[in-house]
Amino acid sequence: MTGPATLPDQPPEQDPPLPETRPHLGHALASEWTKMVSVRSTLWTLGALVLLVVGIGLLAVGETNDPTGFTNPPHTAAAVFGLLVGQVAVIVLGVLTVTSEYATGLIRTTLTAAPDRARVLTAKYLVFAAVAFTVVSASVAVVGIASMIAVDSPQAHQTAGEWLAALTGCLYITLLGVLGLAIGAVVRHSAGAIAVMLGLVTLPPVVGGMLTMWDSLTPLGNLIIRYNAPVAIMQMFGLPTSEVGGLPGNWAQLALIVAVAGAAVAGSYAVVGRRDV
Amino acid sequence: MIELEALTKRFGAKTAVDNLSFQVKPGVVTGFLGPNGAGKSTTMRMMLDLDNPTSGTVRIDGKHYRDLSEPLKHIGALLDAKAMHGGRSAYNNLLCLAQSNRIPASRVGEVLDLVGLTAVAKKKSKGFSLGMGQRLGIAAALLGDPEILMFDEPVNGLDPEGILWIRNLMKGLAGEGRTVFVSSHLMSEMALTADHLIVIGQGKLLADMSMAEFIHQNSRSFVRLRSPQQEQLKDLLHAEGIAAAALPDSGALEVDGVASEQLGELAARHGIVLHELSPQRASLEEAFMRMTADSVEYQAHAPGAPAAGVGGQAGPADAPAWGAGAEATSKGGR
Repeated sequence: MTGPATLPDQPPEQDPPLPETRPHLGHALASEWTKMVSVRSTLWTLGALVLLVVGIGLLAVGETNDPTGFTNPPHTAAAVFGLLVGQVAVIVLGVLTVTSEYATGLIRTTLTAAPDRARVLTAKYLVFAAVAFTVVSASVAVVGIASMIAVDSPQAHQTAGEWLAALTGCLYITLLGVLGLAIGAVVRHSAGAIAVMLGLVTLPPVVGGMLTMWDSLTPLGNLIIRYNAPVAIMQMFGLPTSEVGGLPGNWAQLALIVAVAGAAVAGSYAVVGRRDV
Repeated sequence: MIELEALTKRFGAKTAVDNLSFQVKPGVVTGFLGPNGAGKSTTMRMMLDLDNPTSGTVRIDGKHYRDLSEPLKHIGALLDAKAMHGGRSAYNNLLCLAQSNRIPASRVGEVLDLVGLTAVAKKKSKGFSLGMGQRLGIAAALLGDPEILMFDEPVNGLDPEGILWIRNLMKGLAGEGRTVFVSSHLMSEMALTADHLIVIGQGKLLADMSMAEFIHQNSRSFVRLRSPQQEQLKDLLHAEGIAAAALPDSGALEVDGVASEQLGELAARHGIVLHELSPQRASLEEAFMRMTADSVEYQAHAPGAPAAGVGGQAGPADAPAWGAGAEATSKGGR
């Protein structure tokens, strides 16, 4: 470390002044991209996701190859088993994208450099959503294509509509992560935000089931059983889900998560925009 | 140039920063001094638009912080050395900051070189020692080559070499005509670094003056007297109208504002044996403690309480609990 002796002789002022122009969202995106790719947690969470979806997916493809025990879901359905676990990795990455800054105090440095908090948040949402959606859909595509190659059964199929439905499922999982990011930005605490998200994702099927024990609460219970994350994901990937009839369409499921995540995102802008850091 | 105008921050009933107005001028190191909990960090956070003031304004080069298009090119701040992601390398920690302000990536290498961290640029910052972390934080502050630099307690926990380095760095930056604003709760450190002082206590401005002026106004000189005939000496001084404070443990007396010659002659005239007659000068640390203690006392006790015998010990001991002070303030407000 030779700092002390050399500093007075080499004032930073000798450099030409740095050009100043109004930075835009692009610069915030570049900054958030660097943050995303330069920490190990991104590798761990996305690596876990890929391993789960592709690993379990390929095992499922292997089983499906036995034509006797096979009903008729599309090829991409093999990815859903890994996704039901892997969605947790997406949620954790979404939460950590913002809470790691609060945990380390980096958020102060970030907001000092970029006082436009809405721009910082927007960049976080966009970078996270792009990364998560790309990795989730690529993993699903790998499983789907592997199944198309490996499964030789007259019942096997994958229409354009089924591809679109699978992509909708990938978007649904991405939005779960976005919801995690929004909750993380509001509660500023990794464990707290992850706990809230796990509750949101895992409890509804159980709670819905419990509510159906009472006649008066059965309609509410059935509603919860039909509209929740695991059911929505399984449905979008073309798996038979629950015995409760009249499942909503994929678009209804997507609209629900868009509304919930959208409300949380709007709330995060309002809270982060004016809160003391 | 940083300008604060009637800056106030309340947390519930507690007023952390109370109607603070001052300017931080370029070309000098301005020390921002106050005891722990005086509101220094809160003030600095408001300067950086991290906390919203309850009322009042801060202007950086005449603009609100939020209106600075690329703030790192105007103002660089070291708030907390640990305010970096430990899992990220020193280089990447700085790169993501640089990108958000359109600072070329080459500048990251320059500032790392400037603070002497080039060798560990690719190492994760969580393995850094306190001193290295501090250097990384300073590199971040220097990233945009700003005209204004702000350091919050930069020497906390550093070894002597690190302290010397930071001291020289700040003087060098001010020498280049930059505005350097540095907070500390250690008067002794400020005495070596700062040219101008801003002192706050309980969020209120206590002093805004040059270091020389502060030393002139606040360094208390007194005479220490020790005598085997202490009672006689006390009576004599009392009779002469000279106030003397007795030190509890050593049995010595301290006299303010009377020359040692005069005291020696007085004792001689009355045949009192002196074992010690020594002119003393209170340190700036004591002066600072007296100043901040007085600000507290002013709220709690009637004015005109006897001057603290030994500034150093008297200050904190006399300081009332927060509750008492707050009560006095709120009564005054009604």
